Amino acid sequence: MEMIELSIDNKLVSVQKGTTILKAARKVGIDIPTLCHMELHNMSIENKPGSCRVCVVEVDGRRNLAPACVTEVAPGMVVNTHTARVLNARKTIVELLISDHPYDCLVCAKSGNCELQSIAHKFGIRRIHFKGEKSTYRKDTSPSIIRDVDKCIMCRRCEMICNEVQTVGALSAVNRGFISVVAPAFEMDLEHSPCTYCGQCVSVCPTGALTEVDSTHKVLLSLMDKSKTVIVQTAPSVRAALGEEFGLPPGTLVTGKMVAALRRMGFDYVFDTDFAADLTIMEEGTELLGRLRAHLAGESNAKLPILTSCCPGWVNFLEYNFPDLLHIPSTAKSPQQMFGAIAKTYFADQIGVKRQDLVVVSMMPCLAKKYECQRDEFKVNGNPDVDFSMTTRELADFIKQSNIDFLNLPDEEFDNPLGESTGAGVIFGNTGGVIEAACRTAYELYTGKKLETIEFENLRGTEGIRSAKLDFDGLTLNIGIAHGLSNARRLLGDVRAGKSNYHAIEIMACTGGCIAGGGQPYHHGNSEILRKRRDAIYSEDKGKIIRKSHENPYILKLYKDFLGQACGHKSHELLHTVYHDKSNNEVTIHHD
Amino acid sequence: MVPKLMCDDDMVDIYSVPSGDKDSLKVTIKLSKEKIETINRICASFENNPEELINVLHETQNTLGYLPAEVQEIIAHNLKISSAHVYGVVTFYSYFTMVPKGDYPISVCMGTACYVRGAEKILEELKKELKIGIGETTPDQRFSISCLRCVGACGLAPVLMVGEKVYGSVSPDDVKKILNEYREDNEDCKCQQL
Amino acid sequence: MEKQITQQGQLRIALRNCGMLDPENIAESIARDAYQALGKVLKELSPQECINILKQSGLRGRGGAGFPTGLKWEIASKSQSDQKYVVCNADEGDPGAFMDRSILEGDPHSVLEAMAICGYCIGADKGLIYIRAEYPLAIKRLRIAIDQAMEDGLLGKNILGSGFNFEIKLRYGAGAFVCGEETALIHSMEGKRGEPTNKPPFPATSGFMKKPTNVNNVETFANIAPIILKGPDWFSSIGTKNSKGTKVFALAGKINNVGLIEVPMGTSLREIIYEIGGGIKEDKKFKAVQTGGPSGGCLTEKHLDTPIDYENLIEAGSMMGSGGMIVMDENDCMVSVAKFYLDFIVGESCGKCTPCRVGNKRLYEILEKITQGKGVMKDLEKLKNLSYIIKDTALCGLGQTSPNPVLSTLENFYDEYYEHVVEKKCRAGHCKNLFHYVINEELCVGCAACKRCCPVHAITGDKRMPHYIDSNICIRCGECIEKCSFDAISIQLEPKILV
Repeated sequence: MEMIELSIDNKLVSVQKGTTILKAARKVGIDIPTLCHMELHNMSIENKPGSCRVCVVEVDGRRNLAPACVTEVAPGMVVNTHTARVLNARKTIVELLISDHPYDCLVCAKSGNCELQSIAHKFGIRRIHFKGEKSTYRKDTSPSIIRDVDKCIMCRRCEMICNEVQTVGALSAVNRGFISVVAPAFEMDLEHSPCTYCGQCVSVCPTGALTEVDSTHKVLLSLMDKSKTVIVQTAPSVRAALGEEFGLPPGTLVTGKMVAALRRMGFDYVFDTDFAADLTIMEEGTELLGRLRAHLAGESNAKLPILTSCCPGWVNFLEYNFPDLLHIPSTAKSPQQMFGAIAKTYFADQIGVKRQDLVVVSMMPCLAKKYECQRDEFKVNGNPDVDFSMTTRELADFIKQSNIDFLNLPDEEFDNPLGESTGAGVIFGNTGGVIEAACRTAYELYTGKKLETIEFENLRGTEGIRSAKLDFDGLTLNIGIAHGLSNARRLLGDVRAGKSNYHAIEIMACTGGCIAGGGQPYHHGNSEILRKRRDAIYSEDKGKIIRKSHENPYILKLYKDFLGQACGHKSHELLHTVYHDKSNNEVTIHHD
Repeated sequence: MVPKLMCDDDMVDIYSVPSGDKDSLKVTIKLSKEKIETINRICASFENNPEELINVLHETQNTLGYLPAEVQEIIAHNLKISSAHVYGVVTFYSYFTMVPKGDYPISVCMGTACYVRGAEKILEELKKELKIGIGETTPDQRFSISCLRCVGACGLAPVLMVGEKVYGSVSPDDVKKILNEYREDNEDCKCQQL
Repeated sequence: MEKQITQQGQLRIALRNCGMLDPENIAESIARDAYQALGKVLKELSPQECINILKQSGLRGRGGAGFPTGLKWEIASKSQSDQKYVVCNADEGDPGAFMDRSILEGDPHSVLEAMAICGYCIGADKGLIYIRAEYPLAIKRLRIAIDQAMEDGLLGKNILGSGFNFEIKLRYGAGAFVCGEETALIHSMEGKRGEPTNKPPFPATSGFMKKPTNVNNVETFANIAPIILKGPDWFSSIGTKNSKGTKVFALAGKINNVGLIEVPMGTSLREIIYEIGGGIKEDKKFKAVQTGGPSGGCLTEKHLDTPIDYENLIEAGSMMGSGGMIVMDENDCMVSVAKFYLDFIVGESCGKCTPCRVGNKRLYEILEKITQGKGVMKDLEKLKNLSYIIKDTALCGLGQTSPNPVLSTLENFYDEYYEHVVEKKCRAGHCKNLFHYVINEELCVGCAACKRCCPVHAITGDKRMPHYIDSNICIRCGECIEKCSFDAISIQLEPKILV
């Protein structure tokens, strides 16, 4: 590869041809500020519309300033990143952005995490010299996501994620000039758009334009209500990321402290979604084997491949884009909903609490879970199986509001019976994890033999679409894995076209799986953080004594005492669901 | 406000408003079969090629007069692109309109002079007479009402324009007379066509 | 009646056939040498030889920036690709400029022929014309011309038996000024929002559908065939040292002869305005001429004898642009002129980059403040600084040049700005907040004609007694001046004095 030498702030740099000034500068420790630019290695995607113009630098011999994020280096280039001309321009641009931005930093959901705020602070902006009209738009609240696009700075990250990474197509830049903004078609509510609530737009938004619906207050009221028993479940990915909000290095597992904190906040029982993940494996694994056996027996109505169904963003995507394939996914509910269903029946009976007096809260790395728990399918007489779903970020804020010194908490254990889980339940957080957990169980159930190596290394990895062949004692099982909805779309396209020979496919809406969910602490484009969370998940699995769902004693007890057999009558009633065609031609228009 | 809809006699299930949702109306619209087929035909004539989106929009607007949401949805479906993308394009280019203009677009001057001379009353009268609001078009596509800033004819205030023709010193009583000119005109046209 | 443009001082190359033939009949075009250059190129010249001719001729892009055409073609020809495109930019968006339309309507074959020549030179077999949907006649004539050329084997497969194929399709613009910028134009042709992207990559390496694409505007293409037929030396003998050939201008504004003219590069403004244009209307005093459209600037009396070419215009704070020339006289307020152009830019900004989206809006708001008499001296400083930053940081050519009308009026008419801000006075009597009407008590007979016509009842006075106008109510519509038969009402420029 051709190397190019140039000088940046009087430092000589040698980089590959085609490198941008921004990256060349970072190589020598010069961090040019940016707002719109964002590179996500885990998705192999770089958002560089070159639109915010904050990264401009002075290049000798060039008439105007050059945007560092899109200008490629040239031999002998002389770049200065902090001349008076540059700093003045940069500062003015940020002032211009702020002049068209609400001044409500004190009460903004993004305060402290806002890239515009931190850049204004960094530049020492103390006054806005330009006063004038501000563009205003209608606020849009959906079950999961709040759009307050008065705060949009047109970085286009959300548009890029929604269209290129997720191929959801819910968002586009609309209008032009001063009133241009990113919005759904016809500026309708997100709720009526093809939005899947994957929340990836929220996780990349530099400002408070896109945030999650905050359930903290409602949960607090439940906790204060003496007539209610409030129980909480925590998803596997939460423990691998929560520590970041308290200054711990990414990848620090804080399971014990998290349990201790929740207990101190007043939750009556602290349980684990991983328990329900084990339950999911029992149901989904059994369903897989059933469909596989039917297929092998040559039954004409045997439906293969079977698709995993734990990811609500993915389910939304399927219902909107592939209504013809609604019969393929496993009918098993997601762990969050299985937990709720069991908690409000089996567990409520155990502790003698009426359904309506039991409040189930979930801590999730996900925004789509907020929508999922509100779906009609998951309600009994209007009472939801899961009452509130909170994100990792909300949980962190809630812990802080409760005056808990998180870092100095002792490690505590989950309560039983819904707190015991296996390593299989833990790895749900990573891409490939659900299918690996399912295979650990399916293998032993199908072959009747013990697994020699528990880890299915060939199911792990970060590539968007992966496939593996597993040897089930002579039977070759073809497994497909996709994460990120664009990859899901490609895989599903093959299935639809009959070009797929997979027996089972795992799909996660977010690239990397739940560890990179839309409700996780903001990564600000640092994909290294995601890698460390992933490693943390696998290490938690490794540390578990029991690592296969069907060996979880509490799961076995649950079947024995309550459910009967997997995929049996009671299971179908409580733990399985149906999918709906959402691809109708409904159009929603807003009227003042 | 009433949602802007395509006006077909054979249109079914015009709209349903879910209760308790004030901010946003959920409108289920079904275009007439003929219109959907027309749009499909236009898309097909450009081989449903998403590159040709702007040409498709031109052709559709030329045929239907405007590009309401449901039309954009059908185009998006045919070209296999998101309706957000289509809407993003439609709102980028000033040539495209989502609101149908009438055959006789009526503009009421809301400049200062006209305003103090009672332009508002004229507007009210127009709305009453045509049973539509500002920015809307009558179901027969004949008239639409819009407001504009000063037309520079303050001495004639209040002023309204029908197409390019300017009417000055208009009183609320004149509104009906002015409208009748065009109503009759249209009937004449029909006779000639027959 | 406006007089026809005189032929004096004009030289027609691009407009050579406009009005001379029936554009809907290819035979008439062929009779006037259409497709001869294409034949010559295909039979006698290699692509590089043809490019060399253009390079020698010194032809530069007529769309605005003036990039050497031969060089542009050479870059595109050297780009390696299985597919390349030739694009004709016919998205003429400058208010008041209509030379492209005239060429397309009057001589469409000159453009088609040149596009085919370009295709041969760069190795493209597909051409696209991006044309404004607002030009239905041009579209119709282009369609006819393309069909007739296809029929005659001058376009299509195996043109003139040479083995060279070239077909041309139309793509329509939809009312976005920014689509004149070539990257925006390409995105628009791809069915997207016409937002520009960073250059490089230039279209010559990655353009339409990411393939090498050569974009030229209509007038540039119209110059190609004569250069091929008459030779590069003939062309380069016309014009100035660095700007060869002729340029078409659209004369408009306060000038006696309005319309299209084509003059050799290097012609002075004085010749254009006073000789070709017949001088200022009503013999008023010349104040400025705005060139280059919304991206350009205002030239003043001191520039009247400057030879017009690319470099001189830029040095004078304006630019060639597409060639609009709007002449202004003493009744034009230069602050308002700047505001008018900014209003246009704010409406046409695509909204992608911060400086153009927000910066131009703020510039407009400051100008609005000044024209309303609410400006302070600091605003002038702010205007200037913000303008420079927008020029320095905006993404595309539209944004980078958008403050030009502000900067050039600030430079050339600073005293007018100063008067607006400090003396609260608009010498042209244009800014309504900065003048008021007064009734001369000695001339007023108290006929009450003014009182009756005033739409806002700002005039009071008893019968046969001098009347009085309340400036706080008056909306300065001017109706009273017209109605007064005694010339008793006049404009006073001093700031209104509130009693």
